[in-house]
Amino acid sequence: MIKLDAKIPEGHISEKWTNHKFNMKLVNPSNKRKYDVIVVGTGLAGASAAATLAELGYKVKAFTFHDSPRRAHSIAAQGGINASKNYQNDGDSDFRLYYDTIKGGDFRSREANTYRLAEVSANIIDQAVAQGVPFAREYGGTLANRSFGGAQVSRTFYARGETGQQLLLGAYSALSRQIGLKNVEMYTRREMLDVVIVDGQAKGIIVRNLLTGEIERYSAQAVILATGGYARVFYLSTNAMNSNATAVWRAHKKGAAFANPCFTQIHPTCLPIHGELQSKRVLMSESLRNDGRIWVSKNKADKRSAADIPEEERDYYLERKYPSFGNLAPRDISSRSAKEVCDEGRGVNGKDAVYLDFSEAINRLGENVIRERYGNLFDMYQNITGENPYKVPMQIYPAPHYVMGGLWVDYNLMSNIPGLFVLGEANFSDHGANRLGASALMQGLADGYFVIPYTIGNYFGGQKPEKVSTDNTAFAEAEKTVRDSIQKLISINGKQTVDSIHKRLGQIMWDKVGMARNEKGLKEAISEITSLREEFWKDVKVVGQDKELNQTLERAGRVADFLELGELMAVDALNRNESCGAHFREEYQTKEGEALRNDEEYAYVSAWEFKKVGEWELNKEPLVFEYVKLATRSYK
Amino acid sequence: MENHNINLTLNIWRQENPSTEGRFEEFKVSTSPDASILEMLDELNNTLEAKGERPIAFESDCREGICGTCGVVVNGHPHGPLPKTATCQLHMRTFKDGENLYIEPFRAKAYNIIKDLIVDRSPLDKIIQSGGFISVNTGSAPDANIHPISKETATIAIEAAECIGCGACVAACKNASAMLFVGAKVSQFAVLPQGQPERYDRVQAMVNTMDEMGFGSCTNTYACEAECPKGVSVTNIARMNRDFLKAKITSHALHF
Ligand SMILES: Cc1cc2nc3c(=O)[nH]c(=O)nc-3n(C[C@H](O)[C@H](O)[C@H](O)COP(=O)(O)OP(=O)(O)OC[C@H]3O[C@@H](n4cnc5c(N)ncnc54)[C@H](O)[C@@H]3O)c2cc1C
Ligand code: FES
Repeated sequence: MIKLDAKIPEGHISEKWTNHKFNMKLVNPSNKRKYDVIVVGTGLAGASAAATLAELGYKVKAFTFHDSPRRAHSIAAQGGINASKNYQNDGDSDFRLYYDTIKGGDFRSREANTYRLAEVSANIIDQAVAQGVPFAREYGGTLANRSFGGAQVSRTFYARGETGQQLLLGAYSALSRQIGLKNVEMYTRREMLDVVIVDGQAKGIIVRNLLTGEIERYSAQAVILATGGYARVFYLSTNAMNSNATAVWRAHKKGAAFANPCFTQIHPTCLPIHGELQSKRVLMSESLRNDGRIWVSKNKADKRSAADIPEEERDYYLERKYPSFGNLAPRDISSRSAKEVCDEGRGVNGKDAVYLDFSEAINRLGENVIRERYGNLFDMYQNITGENPYKVPMQIYPAPHYVMGGLWVDYNLMSNIPGLFVLGEANFSDHGANRLGASALMQGLADGYFVIPYTIGNYFGGQKPEKVSTDNTAFAEAEKTVRDSIQKLISINGKQTVDSIHKRLGQIMWDKVGMARNEKGLKEAISEITSLREEFWKDVKVVGQDKELNQTLERAGRVADFLELGELMAVDALNRNESCGAHFREEYQTKEGEALRNDEEYAYVSAWEFKKVGEWELNKEPLVFEYVKLATRSYK
Repeated sequence: MENHNINLTLNIWRQENPSTEGRFEEFKVSTSPDASILEMLDELNNTLEAKGERPIAFESDCREGICGTCGVVVNGHPHGPLPKTATCQLHMRTFKDGENLYIEPFRAKAYNIIKDLIVDRSPLDKIIQSGGFISVNTGSAPDANIHPISKETATIAIEAAECIGCGACVAACKNASAMLFVGAKVSQFAVLPQGQPERYDRVQAMVNTMDEMGFGSCTNTYACEAECPKGVSVTNIARMNRDFLKAKITSHALHF
């Protein structure tokens, strides 16, 4: 059993963070340079952490598998970032943002963390603007806001449809400044393949130099993982091609608990699959649902074109089922409804796609207004599909998008392994069973700019961790494990390509551990994944050598980890005999087909402890709600 | 969303590593017009791997035209023939059945070829490290609304900031100049009130590093703007040149 101590500070929820900051141990400025910190990942969470820790005086080594810290999956975020600035004077507050986040997460997140997130959100906007991040402005020159799903106030800051890019470039510029000042040693094209633990504390990492294939050792007194999410376990997702779970998974196998692995968000407005060759799914901003009406034919396998399907034969199913929210029903509900109608065979042409139709809005407002609102999205749609959405309805279908699950962390963002911290999408902490739009960017930057700089000081000040040399046997052992597994991958020399196995895993995950799950399907998934994993280790083909740039080998290692993680996701989903947020178990629904939570038995975080491949032990962190009343979400 | 495959002859640059000679290798493919050019290459790689042959090394990440990781030259054009389109957004329906494609890496004096279509663009990071930032430590920022910024100014800033750092501008330029890349970053900060304190030091530091890294000079042919997947404007180069000149005249000392 792992001892899960969330270390939630005493006091009223609005005072916890302030009290905690006051009570934390400090490291005096001249001692800070005695501490080495490794930051793995330079997306929003990692770049902001690396830059800030270096500013404070710590010696930072930062790692990314990308060619530059300016890349990272974070860059693709479109919609915006939330903050409780209340610039619109519409009644926003830290408490309201916290409340929306807890409720949106369907009461499966930790109150204290969520409140702190809201509390520091305003500082993020100040910081980004000071760095020169060009957020959208009103005519008077002040910052503009818009509203997003799950909120009744306008608190989302944005930079055109490129908020992630602009925020990441802000964090990258802060990091670049520290690299230039030699406060950060930046290691690009390096992939972390293991953490090194000495006497129970995280003391370093093993990485593969992706250019040369050399295996390298790095030591530090603390290791921070900010390595992003694992939605690519589904093969097709909106995540960047290289996003993967390897860093967190290898840490998990070294003892870090994995929390709520089954909580996966499926985004409703993505482009459908065009064919066999498809490599990823493209997200279309949710804002389209403000003016587009979603429908399918009332008939099965209807091969008529949209224009030929008369009004009375169309089913505007969201408007029919959720009259008050209609096309703006929350992400999980609208995704599930799309799946339902397609499973009935009523998708476009009998395929997995539904219409998102702007004809009524164009008739009512004119094409120009629609062009003004969504011009760039319409262009993007046309570029990808070759169809003109001003003339024919768009086609959309849900896709895996974001993972709420991740490594378990306490209030200090430290995993159950002392000295191993986890930030951003890689941890589980703030979004419960469902994340609200525009809250991932907020969380990544909150963790990196405003939380870890304090809590890591507390760890150093309290534990005074020693430096360990990379000659230590723990480094040698970890390096050996890494080398052995690379050799094994290269030597199998079977018949199946890495991608073909990844695609098959994705299909199992999508069919059985996707938007709607049931006991039978989950059990099948577990056995199918287990045998696919065996097949992989017997029959995969990795072309090329280890001592060179070898992209197939990189992918093979990542898929090997997905083949273990996928099973844990199914195990977790099977354990959770309730429906909550994005986790929908078909057995647990109301008569109207809505999610049925079970607070009596499942108001806990499931934190899985690795025993051996395919075997885990469940640890539970009970969730206590003192400041909100548990309520059933209703969007009818 | 139709489905008739098209047949193409691909001539792809193959190079084992930075020190070996490269050459074009020919491949015949039949592919879906709905696939992107990178998906077409994925499929080709899958076939090569299944046969035990070395796949073609190329980079990509977001596949949505925003991260700047992808980038190859197609028939002489960085990111291919379509304007304002990154390689990953280039779909096969752009090409005609039976067409010949030449696919090669971004070439420039400052970029080394690492393998096949992958080049080393890290000199661009070095330029940013020398001054492409506003020096503000975390926690010391004033309230975000302290400087009202007009919509016009905000628009200039974001249009410059949209640069995705793919480095196509350098590959497009006959002098392999990075002026568009540097001009965009300099401009973003030069027009904003937050960027004023370091404005002239910044431009000098960045331009000097650009020269040290081996990028060429600008002779106003504007191929960079034409090939930029974001359409970043050459007016940013003019703004940078003005600031650089002013910095020299008033002889701002460097203190980065
Ligand atoms: C299309 C899309 C749109 C989105 N839009 C929004 C939005 O509008 N608002 C919002 O709030 N959220 C949005 N999100 C979610 C949000 O973008 C992500 O959750 C967030 O950016 C994750 O940031 P991160 O720093 O945790 O991880 P990432 O940005 O994924 O960064 C991970 C980093 O870790 C590195 N890394 C990983 N593994 C290793 C390893 N083993 N070794 C070395 N380095 C490693 C990578 O190189 C990278 O630098 C969107 C997501 C998608 C897919
Ligand atoms: S892969 Fe990101 S811009 Fe092309």
